[in-house]
Amino acid sequence: MRIRSSYPALVAAVLVVASCSSSSSTPTTAAGASATSASAGGYTIGIVEQQLSNPFFANLEAAAKAEAQAHGLTVITAESKVAGDAATQVTAIQDMINRGVKGISLDPGNATAVVPAVQQATAAGILVVAVNTETSPSTAVAATYETDNLAGGKLMGQYAKAKIGSTTPVVALLDYDLTDKTSKARHDGFLAGFGITDSSPEIAAEIATQANADSGQTAMENMLSAHPDINVVYTINEPMAVGAAAAIKAANLSHPVIVVSIDGSCSGVQAVKNGQISATVMQFPSKMGKDAVDAIINYVSTGQKPSGIIDTGTTLITDQAITGVQSQDTTWGLQNCWGATS
Amino acid sequence: MTAESPKPGSVHATPALPAGEPVWRALLGSTVAGPLVALLLACLVFSLGTRTFLRAENISLIFQQSVVVGTLALGQTLIILTAGIDLANGSIAVLGMVVMAKYVVEGGDPIVALLLGFVVCMVMAAISGTIVSRFNLPPFIVTLGMLTAIAASTRLYSSSASYTVPPSLLTWLGNSIKVGGATVPYSIFVWLALFAVAHYALTQTAAGRHLFAVGDNIEAARLAGINVRRTLLSVYVVAGAIYAIGAWEALGRIPVADPNGYSTANLDSITAVVIGGTSLFGGRGGVFGTLIGTLIVAVLANGLTQANIDSLYQQVAIGILVIVAVAVDQLVRRRRAS
Repeated sequence: MRIRSSYPALVAAVLVVASCSSSSSTPTTAAGASATSASAGGYTIGIVEQQLSNPFFANLEAAAKAEAQAHGLTVITAESKVAGDAATQVTAIQDMINRGVKGISLDPGNATAVVPAVQQATAAGILVVAVNTETSPSTAVAATYETDNLAGGKLMGQYAKAKIGSTTPVVALLDYDLTDKTSKARHDGFLAGFGITDSSPEIAAEIATQANADSGQTAMENMLSAHPDINVVYTINEPMAVGAAAAIKAANLSHPVIVVSIDGSCSGVQAVKNGQISATVMQFPSKMGKDAVDAIINYVSTGQKPSGIIDTGTTLITDQAITGVQSQDTTWGLQNCWGATS
Repeated sequence: MTAESPKPGSVHATPALPAGEPVWRALLGSTVAGPLVALLLACLVFSLGTRTFLRAENISLIFQQSVVVGTLALGQTLIILTAGIDLANGSIAVLGMVVMAKYVVEGGDPIVALLLGFVVCMVMAAISGTIVSRFNLPPFIVTLGMLTAIAASTRLYSSSASYTVPPSLLTWLGNSIKVGGATVPYSIFVWLALFAVAHYALTQTAAGRHLFAVGDNIEAARLAGINVRRTLLSVYVVAGAIYAIGAWEALGRIPVADPNGYSTANLDSITAVVIGGTSLFGGRGGVFGTLIGTLIVAVLANGLTQANIDSLYQQVAIGILVIVAVAVDQLVRRRRAS
């Protein structure tokens, strides 16, 4: 899951409980679907995504749609309207059951709220797989295709550890709310990869931010003011890393600072290329979408259900490669990133 | 908090600083006395408790961190003084930032970009202002709707991508001079000047008196011959222009327009206004208190980090301060009414 602040939506949800829960779903048949649905597959599948204004979700859905159409399937898509909007998704799933889809790829807007609808679909003989985010319980769906954030975090930690070498590390952690599962997994992974724990003296400071550029900058400024000797900075996502980099640059430190991050968006990889971020860990939303659709196709033709949690992989992107930690450079990164560059 | 409900109580409006008294006496009797004491106390504790707080560079940092939210809080103060509230101010500024940054990144002229940003912010605020003043809808609901709509539109317009602005007029406010070894960006001077101008306008001009009168008792203001609708609308438009300045300052601080940025700026600005002693019921308070309120929040965040205290405690402390400030306001209000 991509860490992204959804505060306006949160405020809206808390303050006016009922007003914005219009549950009219708008499943639209994919453009050109009728042309490509000719005969090879001949059946229909559903793709339920989160709101597409986020390039991560858009990339995921586009890949899933392309894969389905390449196999001659008809695709129905539906998206939640705002972050956390499960009501629209539930309606969409019920519509898809009525339209007789063979399988559904679902990116849950809310891990718990979608479960009853998933059970209805499963009872109707439809294969439901989750992408990007697990349902709660994760066994509600047959299988989940997502980034192993613990592994991604470990990669960041291993790189930072190898890069700092024999210098005494002074570590700053720029977190997002640690009760968030993704946030916690990345945090724990980083510590494990770096070979420290939450109580290690190497950690100079730790702040939970809003996971955006401005809060990352303010937090980093305050940390550096208290601990000018910080030389390793862990960040929960790339916008925050860019904010931290601005604070580090303004502080005019005499020593280099290693900034590691995770996401693999094109603007994040560009920030690695510009030297603002030392290394970032790329995740692959398009692989999630493609693998989920392949699993449905396989189920329809062979009857075999996928199971468990399937890691769609993570790759470290850096132009300062170091022996012992596998990585790709930013040229490769820019070819494989998601979202728009700016 | 609705604009249309007339309230009992005196028609006389209370500005932050009564005119014609020595400054220190005026301060003691005004709404800023409490916040000022709190700010000085916090500074004292952090100066004694940490080695790093009282360095010139750190003090400058606190100001730098206050500028953007403090500017949004200035516009917020004007609206709250009319017994309104603006939940959309942060999202308006972010939209302004994205419009400016995207225009320049796509090869546009920075001057035109800046003007575009001002137009967008003022139009958005004017929409809120028109609905509030023409249709008498509660500002809370109107701006809540605007917040949701604008935040989503910004993501659509930017495809949720961040835009990095090359050094230009848009980042000019980030340039700095050295004052006593500390870096002081131009934006801090702009920020302080804005407060001085707003304070003058509120206390020394007819428009300022009208604003207080409308916020204190809208019916009485109408009977006194004030054009209430025009006053309300112009307050929102001026606030919109101030939000645009906030957006400009934000690009000077970090030259990246992040559509997901400043996601709590609306609540942060309300926090600063309330801690600064301005009444959420309108007609009482002033911009000087907001300046102090903004600094209190920044000092707490900065000082508690220096003291190595978990960042969640910062929010606990700020939450308690908000409740104390509102309680004090209610107490004063009741005393005035009896």
